[in-house]
Amino acid sequence: MNDVIGLAPWLVGFPLIGAAVLLLGGRATDRWGHWLGVAASAASAVVAFILMFRMIGTPPEERAVDHGLWTWLSAGGLDVDLGLRLDPLSLTFVMLVTFVGTLIHVYSVAYMDHDVDRRRFFAYLNLFVAAMLTLVLADSYLLLFVGWEGVGVASYLLIGFWDTGRPSARENAVAAKKAFVMNRVGDMGLIAAMAILFATVGSVSFADVLPAAGGLSETTATAVGLCLLLAACGKSAQFPLQAWLGDAMAGPTPVSALIHAATMVTAGVYLMVRSGPILEAAPTAQLVVVVVGAVTLLFGAVVGTAKDDIKKALAASTMSQIGYMMLAAGLGPAGYAFAIFHLLTHGFFKAGLFLGAGSVMHAMGDQTDMRRFGGLSRFLPITWITMGLGWLAILGIPPFSGFWSKDGIIEAAFVPVDGQPWRAWVFGSVAVLGAAITAFYMTRLFFMTFGGRRPRWTENQHPHEGSPLMWWPLVFLGVGSAALGAVLGIGGTFTTWLEPVVGHAEHHEPVLPVPAIITVTLVLVVLGAALAFRMYAVALVPEEAPRGSFLTRAARKDLYQDAANETLVVLPAHGVARLVQVGDRDVVDRGWGVLPLAVSWFGAMFRKAQTGYVRSYAAGMAGGVLVIAVVAWLVIQLGGGLGGAQ
Amino acid sequence: MTTFVPPEIDWLALAPLLVVLGAGVVGILVEAFVPARARRTTQIVLTLAALAGGFAVVAVLWPQIVAQPVQVLGGSVTLTPFALGTQGLVAALAFLGVLVVADRTSTGQDAFAPSASAVPGTSYEDLARRSGLEQTEIYPLLLFAAGGMMLFASTDDLIVMFIALEVLSLPLYVLCATARRRRLLSQEAAAKYFLLGAFASALFIFGVALIYGFAGTVRLLVIAQRVQQGGLPLEGMTVLLVAGVLLVTVGLLFKVGAVPFHAWTPDVYTGAPTPITGFMAACTKVAAVAALVVVLYRITIGVGAVSPETMQQLQAVIVVVAVLTMAVGTVVGSVQSDVKRLLAYSSIAHAGFLLVGVAGFRPEVQASTLFYLLAYGVATIGAFGVVTLVRERRVGATSGEDNGPVEDDGVVLGEATEIAQWAGLGRKAPWLTAAFALFLLSMAGIPLTAGFIAKFGAFSGATNGGLWWLAVLGVLASVVAVAFYLRLLVVMVFRRADDETVPERVPDAEDLGEGAGASGAPAGVGTATLVTPQVTASQQVAVTVVRSRGPAAVAIAVCAVVTVILGVFPSPVLGLVEQASKFVP
Repeated sequence: MNDVIGLAPWLVGFPLIGAAVLLLGGRATDRWGHWLGVAASAASAVVAFILMFRMIGTPPEERAVDHGLWTWLSAGGLDVDLGLRLDPLSLTFVMLVTFVGTLIHVYSVAYMDHDVDRRRFFAYLNLFVAAMLTLVLADSYLLLFVGWEGVGVASYLLIGFWDTGRPSARENAVAAKKAFVMNRVGDMGLIAAMAILFATVGSVSFADVLPAAGGLSETTATAVGLCLLLAACGKSAQFPLQAWLGDAMAGPTPVSALIHAATMVTAGVYLMVRSGPILEAAPTAQLVVVVVGAVTLLFGAVVGTAKDDIKKALAASTMSQIGYMMLAAGLGPAGYAFAIFHLLTHGFFKAGLFLGAGSVMHAMGDQTDMRRFGGLSRFLPITWITMGLGWLAILGIPPFSGFWSKDGIIEAAFVPVDGQPWRAWVFGSVAVLGAAITAFYMTRLFFMTFGGRRPRWTENQHPHEGSPLMWWPLVFLGVGSAALGAVLGIGGTFTTWLEPVVGHAEHHEPVLPVPAIITVTLVLVVLGAALAFRMYAVALVPEEAPRGSFLTRAARKDLYQDAANETLVVLPAHGVARLVQVGDRDVVDRGWGVLPLAVSWFGAMFRKAQTGYVRSYAAGMAGGVLVIAVVAWLVIQLGGGLGGAQ
Repeated sequence: MTTFVPPEIDWLALAPLLVVLGAGVVGILVEAFVPARARRTTQIVLTLAALAGGFAVVAVLWPQIVAQPVQVLGGSVTLTPFALGTQGLVAALAFLGVLVVADRTSTGQDAFAPSASAVPGTSYEDLARRSGLEQTEIYPLLLFAAGGMMLFASTDDLIVMFIALEVLSLPLYVLCATARRRRLLSQEAAAKYFLLGAFASALFIFGVALIYGFAGTVRLLVIAQRVQQGGLPLEGMTVLLVAGVLLVTVGLLFKVGAVPFHAWTPDVYTGAPTPITGFMAACTKVAAVAALVVVLYRITIGVGAVSPETMQQLQAVIVVVAVLTMAVGTVVGSVQSDVKRLLAYSSIAHAGFLLVGVAGFRPEVQASTLFYLLAYGVATIGAFGVVTLVRERRVGATSGEDNGPVEDDGVVLGEATEIAQWAGLGRKAPWLTAAFALFLLSMAGIPLTAGFIAKFGAFSGATNGGLWWLAVLGVLASVVAVAFYLRLLVVMVFRRADDETVPERVPDAEDLGEGAGASGAPAGVGTATLVTPQVTASQQVAVTVVRSRGPAAVAIAVCAVVTVILGVFPSPVLGLVEQASKFVP
């Protein structure tokens, strides 16, 4: 590994240079800028492939390499080293980000064809790729944080990309701000976690912290674990910081595919798995992680059943699928591999589904309401087939990708922890129930879009496939959705691959026999899918959404998440802010207002001393000598210095 | 019969000084023998080559001196890694400074009077200007000043140090008086600088006399040795030594620009030609702070062991001066309305921050001081380099009282140094503004710039020396300083320039014809001794940014790049200066 590790910085370097050229180059790069963006991402992908083949040829125990880049600051007890860590876990992410990222870059060339700001779009995409790779390649929490903030910025810029000239410009800007602010809440967790780690371990690098995690007191480990979880919740849109993801769909669809489905939102899962040893030292934190995952997976699934906007339905689904990953990440080493495995397969099929949705929107004049789709399978055959593969994958139908990873998570959820079978039953059932609801809403989405006997289009629609630049990425992702799971899942290839990082998991028996779990899950999935098929493919879909039951209405309103945030956070915060404002204005300002006044007053005084007369300056110097003499004399008189000299 | 034994001289160790000072001598000959046409080019090439050569020799010497410091000519030149580092730093900064000096900008005029000896407002001055005279003697003068600065900290002998002080000061006095515009102001500044400098020199040499009276020698290391060994004739009278050292210190603090010996700084920085101000602010500070470190630290080696209260006295004085300097620099700086004066007070504040580090009396201060001086030096030269390019332009004039025809000849006048005139600079010259903003941020000590690492080093020097409260004061002062740097930034970037034709200020009379005679008030104060200008016309000026002809742009770019590199990737340079703290300064 050591001979090619020098390539690793280029993974980040290529897209970073791409972003810099595109942003600084300005209009001059408009004509070819998008291809530069694609090339930068592709170059990273090539490097990633080289590194992966080298890593496969390396004995497992030598696969983790830390590559120091430079010491930023070394002073006293504080050493800030920046470096990259290349191991199977980070490389898995690198492959996902660069490969799927490149496909999405290519897709965007066509999708953003008519946008005057296409160059800027690619600059941000490159920036995102660079930041995301920094995040996963970092060898310390500090550098990870740099990438973490970097993807946050890129996400903000891209959600709000259409902030002018469109009817929805204002909402787009609001959505971007919402995402940014909610992410800040999570980031506080990461900062706090780093602070605690620095105070207790004295370092924030993985190489120092993770081996020392076992020696932390349980309280410390729990605190760090919960802080990290808060960070993960913000970035991965997990309960209770989930509200931004749906609105984030305001960004262009390739952005939703890359950032808000395949990669960035899964960074929270990466953080959990990377920090595994800390969580293992804190069973309480682990339990909270599992609960958050379980709640979110149901939350997202329920919201997904009622959404008519195709992108918002997919966003809810993303939230729910990440819930699965979180749940797995909270289960300890047995779950880590499956969390990452599901993350990988999800990255493929969800990116495929989003790009498919983009293709549909492209064909239907940016329409996103599924009630105005229907019967598109004949007009968009490639999109139909590739989205169909993604649909089967997310449902977890064997042998498609999702089955191998999601089934692993469900089985792991059924394994009792610490001899407490109730947890196995509760979380296992939630996972199975989630799978059934997933089957329902995805089937609903699929048939509302492609099926149905009667198209419900708005007028003047002439759907057609986009250019090859758009459908080739779909084909690649479709193949991935179909086959990736089986390729990596059969024989446990992927779990073995990750073993050097996450450790070997002892096999425990679930509370139910494995075949029983698989059967029950599949039966429920098929039932859910069949129900949706009957309601949305066989029956007619009304063009206007019916009022629906209480549950439907609640789900349509995201289970009142915004209202809840408004009442529980915003209103009290407003109250506090008003109080603080009063205090600030009437108490603090009046008090501290003296300070600038004093500064100006002294400034004016000294300014007067600056008369311009040499004689007064010379007198000042003579006075200064006198002052110094007095100081020296006082030291002798009073004895003692001003603080330990040598 | 005694035979003459020629002294063994390590010529290589003297080489940096010889190259620079020798080139200065050659420069004088150039003035005499090279035809006027080629003189300027020859001088610039010679000056830059000498400084680059001096720096190169420093680099060659570095490994040898880091391994073992040497004394040449019986200690007259004592090269420690710290001293050699100072030499390299002065040579490098002087190189950048000379680049700014050499730039004639798109106006085709440099910053210097055609004939500096012409009485302002006389017909001779007119004649000199019209016949296109040039004062190329500034280049040898710069070399002599740089040579003096390089020698300043590289000696163990207080008399040699005094000579170095004069060698570096006298050319600066002259250079200050050579401004092309606002000539009276420039000459006034030079006179003030000279008088006060003479006063400080007198204090310095008086201190040397007292020290000699106490120890019977003027060699610092010998004094330290004798104090430790005991048996000095006046052993009981350490007050002599303390008084002597304090007076020497005062002489140096004057050059450093520390309060209460700072009063010349704003006036001189404002009056001197701006490129000279940049050179002086950066290089003099390096030399003077380094000499201060050398004197204080060498004296305290001996004294610290024998008489701790003497140590405490010295430390107390430095601490008090540091606090005063930071306070005055930042507080008064925050009420300035002129860019050059603001930078002058910023320079005073930085002297305070440097003294905070020095006050720790810790060996590692040598490293952090060198780094600080480098960071401050590049930011200062760059900032003054930018100031030389922001000019006033005549947009419309009514001559005299009869409301004559309005001229709009677009003649570029002197520098626009009112802060208000810098409004909207970000639109007019984005790159220049970006560079200036970078220098300000570095001076403010914002992370990812050189200034942050520098301040960190200086303040940790103080905490390591047990003076954590002084470091806290330093941080507080930095916060106040940030306010005035940001104020300037806000004006440049966020405030819109008023419409160009609106009079931005009634120009000083000296702008009427370049150098036509009268001197205007510098913004702020310092006007008491000025001749009241004879205002013969009122006119309107706008602010314009003139293009550099290359050298200044290169200097500004180099300064900006160094500022960023030192902030992001300081380790190599930190490692280099670290080597300087292995020995006593």
